[in-house]
Amino acid sequence: MELVEKLLAGDRLALSRAITIVENERVDAESIMQAVYPHCGKAIVIGITGSPGAGKSTLVDKIALEYRKQGKTIGIIAVDPTSPFTGGAILGDRLRMSSLSTDKAVFIRSMGTRGSLGGVSIKTADAIKLMDAFGKDIIIVETVGVGQSETEIMKHADVTAVVCVPGMGDDIQAIKAGIMEIADILVVNKADREGVDKLMRELQMLVELNHSLGGRIIPICKTVATTDAGVAELNLMIDGFFAESRQSGELALRRSRRRRQELVERIRDYAAKRVQAIIATEALAETVKALEAGTRDIYSVQQEIEERLFK
Amino acid sequence: MENIRVLVAKPGLDGHDRGAKIIARSFRDAGFEVIYTGLRQTPEEIVEAALQEDANVVALSLLSGAHNTLFPKIVKMLHAAGMNDVLVIGGGVIPEEDIPGLKAAGVAAIFTPGTPTAEPIAFIKNFFADK
Repeated sequence: MELVEKLLAGDRLALSRAITIVENERVDAESIMQAVYPHCGKAIVIGITGSPGAGKSTLVDKIALEYRKQGKTIGIIAVDPTSPFTGGAILGDRLRMSSLSTDKAVFIRSMGTRGSLGGVSIKTADAIKLMDAFGKDIIIVETVGVGQSETEIMKHADVTAVVCVPGMGDDIQAIKAGIMEIADILVVNKADREGVDKLMRELQMLVELNHSLGGRIIPICKTVATTDAGVAELNLMIDGFFAESRQSGELALRRSRRRRQELVERIRDYAAKRVQAIIATEALAETVKALEAGTRDIYSVQQEIEERLFK
Repeated sequence: MENIRVLVAKPGLDGHDRGAKIIARSFRDAGFEVIYTGLRQTPEEIVEAALQEDANVVALSLLSGAHNTLFPKIVKMLHAAGMNDVLVIGGGVIPEEDIPGLKAAGVAAIFTPGTPTAEPIAFIKNFFADK
């Protein structure tokens, strides 16, 4: 298959086109992914997430620059929310990565979440594989960590860093959003701001609590992305975590768990689409009308449809 | 229907970005995915971004008068990079008499100040309607 051959040979336009095909679920998406699959597994996948305004994009820019000094090639996937009302999106993360814009060894792709049925987690996983097969040493995935699909995306990473900022009520956010469950590393960005000590104390308490419940000690790194402060240390932490997890077998375990999770995600997304289609069919039109009118209860309708679907 | 991806770019040294931002927002409200690349982009940066993002449309905003040089250059570079199906449109401070030349150079349409945002939106939607 010509497009895949070009992609594997390092043709950037081919990579870009492949991502588009997969993102839009075009007919050739599956055959492309199957052809590419055996060539995956080399890249280190780093997830960066956190509240809006935490400085993630600027941080990703600096992390990437740091890795470029080591001669590593980089793929970046920046995910931004799609408007649920208009279906459109402003994909503005790239703007903050301007120092990378002429470096041909860095490939940046912006993706919109495209709604709850958009399957962004799976599409991101596929884009990661395409960049991996293309030959990228490091792939950074950046999302805003506020929704379920964004948290799902992070599970496709080998190392996840959650970025917090002082003075934004992040102490409560960290607990609420279940961020502690996905954080391998915690980053306090804009560490030159007021409130940094308070945030550090709160995060340290969370880390200790997590550790006392059997979790590992999650390291915390202070950065000021705009001045590059702390970025070299952060990269070392990322590399350290990756090396440790590879040695301990944790990496292999995560990757095997991730494959299973991805299977569940894919089938679940497919099923969700099928359900929408089925509910809209002629055969069920009367049942659905009765449900909408309130003359039938939702529980019996659910049972009827489930019987049709699964039994 | 697939999302239309529009790269909104400001080439050259022009620092007036209000128009580009208004366009970016109205395009988002029209259902497009807008990649806004910011100020002071070189043609190389714009073309590279269009490639990586597989942009369907490149919308160039320029108020500094360099459009006759920069717009055709960007069109040429897009073609040279293998992107022959990208719709290139422009806006900004562009005199009427320059528009035919720009169109001949491959810019599909120019939307000058005062044009309702509905116009470039309709233009783009029409262009992709039967694709």
